[in-house]
Amino acid sequence: MKNLLAVNVVKRLPVFTLQVELTVENEILAVLGPSGAGKTTLLQCLSGLQRPQQGEIILNGRVLYSSVSRTNLPPRCRRVGYVFQDYALFPHMTVEQNAAYGITGGRTGRAGEVGLHEVLEMLQITHLAGRYPGQISGGERQRTALARALLAGPELLLLDEPLSALDHETRLKVRGDLKSLQRRWGIPFILVTHDLDEAAFLGDRVIKLERGRVTGRGGAVKQHGEGSLVVG
Amino acid sequence: MYSNEVMVPVLLSLRVAGLAVVIVFFTGVLAARLMAGRDFPGKDAVESVLTLPLVLPPTVVGFGLLLLFGKEGPLGRLLHYLWGVSVVFNWWGAVLASTVVAFPLLYQTVRASFQGVDRNIENAARTLGAGEWRVFWTISLPLAWPGLVAGVVMAFARALGEFGATLMVAGNIPGRTQTVPLAIYVATESGENRTALVLVGIMTVLSFAVIFWVNLWSKRRLKRWTIADEEFARR
Repeated sequence: MKNLLAVNVVKRLPVFTLQVELTVENEILAVLGPSGAGKTTLLQCLSGLQRPQQGEIILNGRVLYSSVSRTNLPPRCRRVGYVFQDYALFPHMTVEQNAAYGITGGRTGRAGEVGLHEVLEMLQITHLAGRYPGQISGGERQRTALARALLAGPELLLLDEPLSALDHETRLKVRGDLKSLQRRWGIPFILVTHDLDEAAFLGDRVIKLERGRVTGRGGAVKQHGEGSLVVG
Repeated sequence: MYSNEVMVPVLLSLRVAGLAVVIVFFTGVLAARLMAGRDFPGKDAVESVLTLPLVLPPTVVGFGLLLLFGKEGPLGRLLHYLWGVSVVFNWWGAVLASTVVAFPLLYQTVRASFQGVDRNIENAARTLGAGEWRVFWTISLPLAWPGLVAGVVMAFARALGEFGATLMVAGNIPGRTQTVPLAIYVATESGENRTALVLVGIMTVLSFAVIFWVNLWSKRRLKRWTIADEEFARR
């Protein structure tokens, strides 16, 4: 059961109903879909920021949400990391203070073994430790958000459009980094994107979400470029 | 030579306004936090009641407070029954009047700044393991701080200048409830223009100094977060 997420949720939205069933192992699952398809809502249900109406969410054997047993763990108890689209860094704290915010005594997994400075080093932001988010570039902000999320010791990491706020060059570099980061950290990543290339490059598996439903599932995309994504 | 006519009302005013601001700060922040965070039936009505003293003439507020806290008023009787105290026609009455009149200014400003805090930033803290109390102290409050400071300054200024409601609730007793605005009025009425002028001067300088300092201070604080890269490198 290690590093396994099983999701089966129903959430009624104003225009359509989000209905998703999926499992994620120690891999990157890319959720592809147009704006307004329910991608962010799905991530928010997983992190506990929104509550589904029905179903269950199980992470490594822990029940995060279950409509049957009326369980709904609050976000702070879920050990689910969330990298927001605009990173949502704390503007009044330095890079180091941001990164250290989620460090508590009871860290689990990789974060328990790897210290603050090692993570800053790994993400190449050590030299920015004393700066504020308003003083660093978009790519640096993203790495700070990643460091912050990972140091809280999550068992699952959610990334909402992780590359959309970056310029083209940074984007190419970061997507390679993200992939190797997942391999090093060894927890499932779920990332949502509306960009097919990005999904094909980053995702070990890809699902397509349209109006709240999974309309396509693609297996492992071995080579980037021509995707083996099956849609429809 | 003016020492008593001037210093007594000035010190009384500072004491009254200072205490009123402390009360307004805690009640206002609490009310703003509760109101910004949720929806409930009758919220608009509660909101209107909290803002009412801002738009009502101070004499109306004063009359209402007398009705509530006077000898025959329900709250006045309660206070007398519980602790044997009265808050009308003594300096507590001046504090009461200033508090009620200054409350909406702080409440409105603080509520707006709580609402201005990015929900995602608070949510990010939650996903990092922070409970509501920690989110409030480490994220919401520091980010709403400029609004809080502005609210405190306005509430203090309003409390310092309170005239109508204070006159009705606390009266105009020299040395006991005669605050600076009342003293200025009395001095002008009785032709003591020099006393009035000195009091006016003190009030103006005091108010200017407070606003000037607060503006300067909050600007510096803001600058620290957003200072440009080159400037950072040069330091």
